[in-house]
Order: sequence, then C-alpha cells, then structure tokens
Amino acid sequence: MSTNGYLDMDLLRFTTAGSVDDGKSTLIGRLLYDSRSIFDDQMEAVEQASSKRGNGEVDLSLLTDGLRAEREQGITIDVAYRYFATPKRKFIIADTPGHIQYTRNMVTGASTANLAIILVDARKGIQEQTNRHAFIASLLGIPHIVFCINKMDLVDYDEAVFKNIQQQLEDFSSKLEVRDLNFIPISALKGDNVVNRSSRMDWYQGSTLMYLLENIHIAGDRNHIDRRFPVQHVIRPMTDEWHDFRGFAGQIAGGIFRTGDAVQVLPSGFQSTIKSIHLGEREVQEAFAPQSVVMTLNDEIDISRGDMIVSPNNLPKSSQDIDVMLCWLNERPLQPNGKYALKHTSRDARCMVKEVTYKMDINTLRKLDEDKQVGMNDIGRVLLRTTVPLHFDNYARNRNTGSLILVDEATNETVAAGMIV
Amino acid sequence: MHSYRLTHLKELESESIHILREVASQFDRPALLFSGGKDSILCFHLARKAFFPAKVPFPLLHVDTGHNFSETIEFRDRLVKEHGATLLVGSVQKSIDEGKVQEETGYYASRNKLQINTLLEAIETNKIDCAIGGARRDEEKARAKERVFSHRDEFGQWDPKNQRPELWNLYNGRKRPGEHFRAFPISNWTEMDVWQYILLEQIPIPSIYFSHEREVFLRDGVLYANSPFMRLKPDEKPFMKRVRFRTIGDMSCTGAVDSPAATLEEIIEEVASTRTTERGSRMDDKRSEAAMEDRKKEGYF
Repeated sequence: MSTNGYLDMDLLRFTTAGSVDDGKSTLIGRLLYDSRSIFDDQMEAVEQASSKRGNGEVDLSLLTDGLRAEREQGITIDVAYRYFATPKRKFIIADTPGHIQYTRNMVTGASTANLAIILVDARKGIQEQTNRHAFIASLLGIPHIVFCINKMDLVDYDEAVFKNIQQQLEDFSSKLEVRDLNFIPISALKGDNVVNRSSRMDWYQGSTLMYLLENIHIAGDRNHIDRRFPVQHVIRPMTDEWHDFRGFAGQIAGGIFRTGDAVQVLPSGFQSTIKSIHLGEREVQEAFAPQSVVMTLNDEIDISRGDMIVSPNNLPKSSQDIDVMLCWLNERPLQPNGKYALKHTSRDARCMVKEVTYKMDINTLRKLDEDKQVGMNDIGRVLLRTTVPLHFDNYARNRNTGSLILVDEATNETVAAGMIV
Repeated sequence: MHSYRLTHLKELESESIHILREVASQFDRPALLFSGGKDSILCFHLARKAFFPAKVPFPLLHVDTGHNFSETIEFRDRLVKEHGATLLVGSVQKSIDEGKVQEETGYYASRNKLQINTLLEAIETNKIDCAIGGARRDEEKARAKERVFSHRDEFGQWDPKNQRPELWNLYNGRKRPGEHFRAFPISNWTEMDVWQYILLEQIPIPSIYFSHEREVFLRDGVLYANSPFMRLKPDEKPFMKRVRFRTIGDMSCTGAVDSPAATLEEIIEEVASTRTTERGSRMDDKRSEAAMEDRKKEGYF
C-alpha cells in the first residue's frame, strides 16, 4: 500500500443488517478475508476457537463476535465496528444484530452510515425483518441500500429466485424514501460476487459487492448547500500573541463557508462577516462539511456554545415545537407528558412530550392510531415542546441539523433517537 | 472548480477534533491519558489542533508503571516542556509501596494489571471526570464495541451489556456525582491510519519505534528487551539485535519486532506487509481470549 495512494482514499461507512442465519457474520468475515484485512494472529485465534467448538471448518463468522457473552451464546448483542481498506477506500462497518429486540442497535449503526447492506436468505425470500431493516435504513436517511440475496449456492444459483425476490423488494421499497437501491446475488460462504465475480451466475451482469462498495458515489451524500455551523466551543487564548482572539470552534454541519461571507448568528439574529477560518494552525479561505474549524467574525458579538452560525438568506427553521420520528431505545417506555433532556447539534435543552401522533408498525409500515405506547424498539411520531428554540432542518435535508437524542434525566441514559420531520 | 471531498484521514481528523472539543465542553476536569506511545501522542497532536491558538485545556495523565523505556520518559518530558502542558503522574510503584496492590511474581510478572488501581486512584485524587484515551476499535475484539463516550460507574467499571446508544455525532456525557467517563477520540483510526497521519503531519515520536540495536531475549516466540525488570529463565540468553517496537507499553509486556525499518516510510511499508496485529506482541492480551474484556470491566482503559 503506497503512501501516495493512501493519502487519496476516501471513507465509506456502512452498516450490515441481517440475522446470524442470513450469513451476515460470514459475509463480513468474507469481505475482511478476501480483502486480506485479517491478520495471522486473528486467524489463528479463530481457528483455535472453531476447533474448540468442534464444528469442523474454520468459521469466518467468529472474526466478528466480540464479547464473551456473545461468543457463548453465538449471537451478536451490540454494535461492533470493523475496519478494512482497499487501495481505493477505507471502510468502517457498523456490524449490528438483526433480531427484533436489537432494533436500537441497527438505528445506532445506521445513524452515521452512507450505505446499508441488507441480507436476504435466497431460500426464505423476504422476511418480516427484511422490511424492518429496509424501513430503518430509509428512516435513518441512509442514501444507498444494497440488498444482498445470499445463499445463492443453496438455490442452484437460479436466476428466477433472485428476480422474484428483487421484484418483491422493489415493490416494498417504493413505499420508502431511498435514493439508490441495488441488488446483488451472492454466496458469502462460497465467495460468489462478494469480492470475486462468480462464474456460476453468468446471467448476472451487475457489479460485485466489493466493486460497488469501492466505486459508489458518496461525495453527494453531504449537504454542501445550506450553511450551518453549530458553535461547540469558544476559543479565547488570552495570550500576548493572540490577545484579542475570539474564535468559534465547531464541526460544519452543512454548506461551504468562505472568508468574507455574510453570516447570521442564531438565536440572537446578529449579523456579521467571516474574518478568518482556521483548520488547526493553518488559515484557510474556505471550509465545508464535515470539517472541524475555528471561525472569527468581524464584529464583536456575544456567541456561546449551542448557538448556530448560518447564512442570512438561507435560515434553518427555528421553533420550540418539534415534530419528530422517535426511535425508542430504552426499557422504560416513553412517558406521555414526560420531560427529558434533549441534545441537538451542540445545543442542550429540555423538552416535554406533547403528543404521540401515531406509532409505526415497522413490519407492515402501518400507522397505529390507537396503540400509542412507545416502548423499547418502537418507532413513533411525536410532538415535543422544548424549553428553548432549536435551529434545525428536516432530517431528510440534513442529517446533522435534523437529528436529536433524548436523555432520561433520572438515569442519564440515552433513551431515544429523533429524526425531525 | 474545487473538490469538496475529504480524504479519509482528514475526515477522521475532523471527527476526532469534534470529540475532543465535546469533551472539553461537557466535562469540568478532563485529562488525557498519556503513555508516550504513538496513539496518545496523536491524541495530544489532535488536541493542539482542536484548541489552537489556545493551549490544550486539560492536563496529561501518565500512569507510570515504573518499568519504562527511558526513551519514552525523555520524550514525554520534552513534549510537556515544549508545549507548556501540565503533567500529572500516577505511580504504580507508589501504590505497591503503600500496600494497595501486590506485585506479581514469577517469570511472567507484569505491572500491567496493577495499573488499573493506580489509574482509578489518580482519577479520584485529581477529581478527573473524563479520562481521554488513545484506544482504537481495531486493536482488539472487546474494544470494537466500545463507545466514544464510555460511561464508568463509581467503581470505575465498564458494563459492556449496558452501554448507552451513541448516534450521529451526539455524545451523552451526563453522569451522577462520583461517576466518570472515558472518551476515545481516535476510536475509528486503524494502525495504518495512525502511521500515515504521523508521516503526513511529521509528528515526532519516541526513537524506539525506529530500528535500533538493543539487548533482547526470546520468550514464547516473542523478543523482549532485556532490562532489570525482567527475570530471565535459565535457558533464556540475552543477545544483541536490530529491533523496533510496534507499540510502547510497560517494558515487561511489550515485545519487539525484528525490523530494519528506520524511517516512517519504512515503518509504513512494514505495517502494510505484516501479517500479525499490533497487539500480537503484547503478553498482556495473550492471557486468555477475553483478557482485554476482563481488564476493561475492572477499569482498564
């Protein structure tokens, strides 16, 4: 791996959904193994563990089972992150379990993903959980979905089986908001169409999974239109050299900022222009999402953490009434009229649950108007009233300014993930 | 026409800086765990970027096992002086002298596990509410499931089955009095990312990462530096060899690699072609399949 090539790679984050039976761990093991991302000592440990269990052949799925309880029970409990790189890209996999009780983990893994791989067992076709996974991927705004129809070896690599499942998935997905759908017939176990093209499915002309992962266009996934800069931290060195320096630090959540740009500060509404932009010790003329920078302004305005610097002719919405799709992540269900701490961009607030509009049946996509109990792993549309205004965009427009979490003030646990509608 | 595309290293850098600023904003008394190894050096480098032109707003905390490579300590002291950083030291030797922990005995005696006690004590004495660590998720299976903001109870324990969900870039650092957090800003970096970034940014690192002549001995297929801290078995004979260290930890558990790599470029070549993980030469991880998970539950970082 040459240094020059390495410095020009970009980053693709993807999530994988599917249960153990779908061969998800085997697929990840295959991606890692065939891309030569597994080290000898890791392989040695897996071989040892395989022989201890006495299941004969080396079980690639063991590469991804992390915690002792998981190894003992043979299931994945929590989100695990894996890393591999090819000469083209670096990949971060959020490996999440597929069982219904772990919807919260899939939501967690999906929140930062550019792409979701959803596994379907070719013998079984679409299962309840397939729809659930596709819905969550769409709800979390993952721009690219890849359905891998796995275990093609067990259906004699039959094109009709693949086409039939693809047709059903396309019908279902038309109800979802997904920009980019892909279908690949694979066998993770045998390696067909994962990294290497299969010679047993001549009828399939599309790309292998690895080719798709390496080449799919992701530069357009970021919002570079709406300027949004949530202020995270105020930097005041108070040294002789930087006596009057007052910089606003944060990670750009949307758009491109240039020195000289007119900006408005929320919630105060004061306007100014950008004096300088700093990337570490370097001064730059422009910066864009998701860069972490420091900005200074030409006017002395009182700005603190939780404020947002935006473009005056392209403002986010500002409101204390927030209409949100909530995914509930905690054993203690959502309390009607309950109060929670809320985190949105760099802003902390408190909120009250005003109303549960409906709960989703995530298997049928039906809206349940009668049953409004939102418990662990449920998804519901909820109206919140916040103590201070939030400055936000719709989640579909900007995943950074459209997302929030709720925190139980008694236990301090993160209890819900919210996508602003 | 500009390209508004970030390379993966720049994206990782941006993510890490965001995390470090979040730590500084959400906690009253954070500290950066500093071992003198490349990962903690990287964290300090990123922290300097995060707060420039202000100074890094938290101290460095070194948990000193007393079994150090002298080159690491010299490097640490030079870095602290050059950047005007504050250094706190928690001493395992002191914990032993005070009878709080007992030294292991035998050939495989290591102070690695004893660090846990000293670390937790240093956190308590200095009232640190968030200890920033340079751990990476690619290092080890238990670490692959660690959160960026990792909650610890009042005994400093990690409960892997009851971690807070972590979504988007929203980090929940709320806690009760007496509890603290660990934060891992370089969670998503791999060993290769770290080396490439060190080269890109020309970050100084201790000399023992580069090939040098040293007295070593062979144990269980791993080369160890001969030092007063190691008790040799009768059949173990020290000899001179050109080696370097892939990781820097306590001398009693950090293995050397037989390597001619004397520049960053050569190290990167070597890392790219090497077929074992970094921690493959760490005696502390070899104790059992769940060695890291067990130590982490008790409060290891």
